[in-house]
Amino acid sequence: MSGRFFGAAVTRVEDARLLTGTGHYVDDIELPGMLHAAFVRASFAHGRVRGIKKDDALAMPGVVAIYTMDDFADIAQGPMPPMAPHPLLKTPITYHPLANSEVRHVGEAIAIVLANSRANAEDAAAAVMLDVEYLPAVSDVATAHGANSPAAHSQHASNIAATMKAGFGDCAKVFAQADHVLTERFDIHRGGCHAMECRGVVANIDLLTNALTISTSSQSPYMVRRHLAAYLNRDENDIRVMTPDVGGGFGPKANVYAEEFAAAMSAIKIRRPVKWIEDRQEHFVATTQQRGQIWSIEVAFNNDGHMRAIRGHCIHDNGAYAPYGLILPATAIASFPGPYALEALDLTVDVVLTNLVPTSPVRGACRPNVAFLLERLADRVARHLGMDRQDVRQRSFVKAEQMPYTTGLKARDGSPISYDSGDYGGALNLVLDKIAAEDFEARREEAKQRGKLRGLGIASCVEDTGLGPFEGASIRVTPAGKVIVATGASSQGQGHRTAFAQIAADALGVELEDVTVETADTAKFPLGISTIASRIAVTAGSSVQLAADKVRTKAITFASHQLEVGEHDLELEGGAVRVKGIPDMKIKLSEIARALAGSTGVPLPDNMEPDLAATAYFNSNALTFAYGANACEVEVDPETGDVRVVRYVVVHDCGKLINPLIVDGQIRGGVVHGIGNALFERMIYDEEGQPLTTTYGDYFLPMASEMPPIEIHHIETPSPRNPIGVKGAGEGGTIPAAACVISAVEDALGPNGPFIPTHPVSPQQIVQWLQTER
Amino acid sequence: MTERSLTFTLNGQKHEAKADPRIHLGDFLRHSLGLTGTHIGCEHGVCGACTVIVDGVPVRSCLMLAVQIDGCIVETVESLGKPGNLSPLQHAFAANHGLQCGFCTPGMLMTLEAFLRATPTPTEDDVRIAISGNICRCTGYQGIVQAALDTAAAKANPT
Repeated sequence: MSGRFFGAAVTRVEDARLLTGTGHYVDDIELPGMLHAAFVRASFAHGRVRGIKKDDALAMPGVVAIYTMDDFADIAQGPMPPMAPHPLLKTPITYHPLANSEVRHVGEAIAIVLANSRANAEDAAAAVMLDVEYLPAVSDVATAHGANSPAAHSQHASNIAATMKAGFGDCAKVFAQADHVLTERFDIHRGGCHAMECRGVVANIDLLTNALTISTSSQSPYMVRRHLAAYLNRDENDIRVMTPDVGGGFGPKANVYAEEFAAAMSAIKIRRPVKWIEDRQEHFVATTQQRGQIWSIEVAFNNDGHMRAIRGHCIHDNGAYAPYGLILPATAIASFPGPYALEALDLTVDVVLTNLVPTSPVRGACRPNVAFLLERLADRVARHLGMDRQDVRQRSFVKAEQMPYTTGLKARDGSPISYDSGDYGGALNLVLDKIAAEDFEARREEAKQRGKLRGLGIASCVEDTGLGPFEGASIRVTPAGKVIVATGASSQGQGHRTAFAQIAADALGVELEDVTVETADTAKFPLGISTIASRIAVTAGSSVQLAADKVRTKAITFASHQLEVGEHDLELEGGAVRVKGIPDMKIKLSEIARALAGSTGVPLPDNMEPDLAATAYFNSNALTFAYGANACEVEVDPETGDVRVVRYVVVHDCGKLINPLIVDGQIRGGVVHGIGNALFERMIYDEEGQPLTTTYGDYFLPMASEMPPIEIHHIETPSPRNPIGVKGAGEGGTIPAAACVISAVEDALGPNGPFIPTHPVSPQQIVQWLQTER
Repeated sequence: MTERSLTFTLNGQKHEAKADPRIHLGDFLRHSLGLTGTHIGCEHGVCGACTVIVDGVPVRSCLMLAVQIDGCIVETVESLGKPGNLSPLQHAFAANHGLQCGFCTPGMLMTLEAFLRATPTPTEDDVRIAISGNICRCTGYQGIVQAALDTAAAKANPT
């Protein structure tokens, strides 16, 4: 693909609004008669609510209503529908919109207060009295996995909600044949996600038709509609869900949340608009979190560094509920074997419930965890054999000539997973070249003179992108000659409007400013899945191309008839269909659109279908596989344990780039997210399940002063699996980053330092390691 | 609670308004005055999304009470350029992809606006420290830093 816009680093059409304070986020919505909601949330991790006393709160200024689950009995009852049912989950483990007696984590919503202002609603929420029978809570996932643990859900004897198994090959045989076997235990800590905009929802009810309109800060507006419709026993057609500007998503906003249901049911009951805006304290205790897993791994390898087989057992912390089914642990399994051409794999993942906030995909889902395991293992093997880290990888990677490469694992539909294209060894060589790895020892020595320990880290990854089944797009040319693109794919800052406009403008020969892209409004496009899993460029991008091609064909057919010129002699340029070589002989798209919009009693020419418009759904069931190789350098201060990432280089292949500016932005932001995981972000709970890090003074996010410039080099291997040759780019920055930084820290600590099987690593931990070493 | 009367200058215009003493400046701007460009990210003074300029100094509007602006000069993101006529800093943000979701952007812009007035020729480290109290989860900061450097360079060396 190439054209005037496809592939060009054009600035974004979104920016002017967002830069001038004229964006439109959910908290910017004001409706007449709107009530403000605050939730009464659990201050305890596990207990049974025996009674709720709300009289005092109801008498407070501005308070209009306080609802508990019982108050919604005439609207709907029971637990929320599971977003992703899984046969291993015998019963869905989902929230009630408001807690139904048993409460299972600090922050679970118990009642909703409606008032004339948020401040008054919060005052009243604090005055609602609960009578609670406290139950034993479990916050540590290893404890929860054991036989003598308190039950996270009192009705289940075991906290193991499901056990997932996968693998291929004959592990026993390969382990018996291999020259070496190593065993390691990895502990990847739980963190938050923290889009800068918290969640929020405005629910409104039409008093004449009872139709519901929901504006929500969501990655999955169509899932909100589907599940809310099922829960309320309504037709989807009676519920409109849309996303205004969304201030970042990164995964957690892909869930359908209890608060969305509670706000909708409140609006139905009170017959007024209801707004709930999550504050940051709530975000720490009520928005899903990330990554907590403990892995025991064995790796079998040969004297030459060739990694041959892996056996692994995972204790996966799913928190108190499984709103997104088993999608996170399933992604962990699907992320194997990464770039490694293993002969055998044997994985078991125990999905464990704790009395903590649920976990669900956060940028990369479990792919960063698995990249951490595999890359740390490759470093471990190199250290064991006294080899270069890159040599272990080059001996063990899938080779470019093996593409397409069938990994041995099966996709959800049972079909074999196969990598479509790529050169993992080439990417690693390129990144080592770009960071000048051959001169690294001189830089290490120079840092030593300054009293700093400098280390070089490397990490590679493969990422399945473009998850099916589809995102669709429709394109319509209006009689004014404007091109309207509509898609169900919601946006949280990825620049979809720009990227889709680039594709459509090229196909239709118009300018970017002639294209308007409308995203994620169920009234404007009928179907949508979710903006997750680096899938929108592949799914929606391809659909925009296919729909634009159909519109183009239709315009050419019309013009051919009108101009009496063969179709192959026509082209789309300057907003018109014109005869090649005779630019004055043309029909404007606006004229074609007007003609195809019909006039009373006038037949359409040549029996054409009305409307210069088309809809397409690209079938994206075959995954495309992006990949990358990262290298970074850190400097450790041996006195304070402070780690500075001083250089970071990315080599990345996400196929054809629609807009390099946007792709680079995705990768840079993703890398910084991974650096945060490696060095800063740790969500801490006490033994009773009380969160201890609920402000940004306690929970550290990466800041500009600590982040390095990030250098990016693209390899563009077009994916053969979609019409525009793209692969996803949203998560490829994050996936290897924590592994890369920890690899560098370990290298900085030297050959006598520890093997580091965990993140984040704290300065205290580093000082401790260095003291032990001495 | 009894509302207090306030007189202040907002984005170059004299204003008189009433404010509940408990309301912080961010909520007052957004919900009482309808200036929704200022965003509220954490309400405990760390994320910087709500930064506005008061009497020439960047402040966290979530940590300042509305009644404290009586007699003050307040500038918000709405005082910068308009969609068809961006300010040099806003333009540099777009050119360097210094924003994605746009939620932290108004706070970043106002922090840098105040910073560049005081520090017209900053180094990259200066800029990174200047925005070290503003969290961006999308961009990795690089485009923002470059936008500030480009704006300063263009002002120092007009072509």
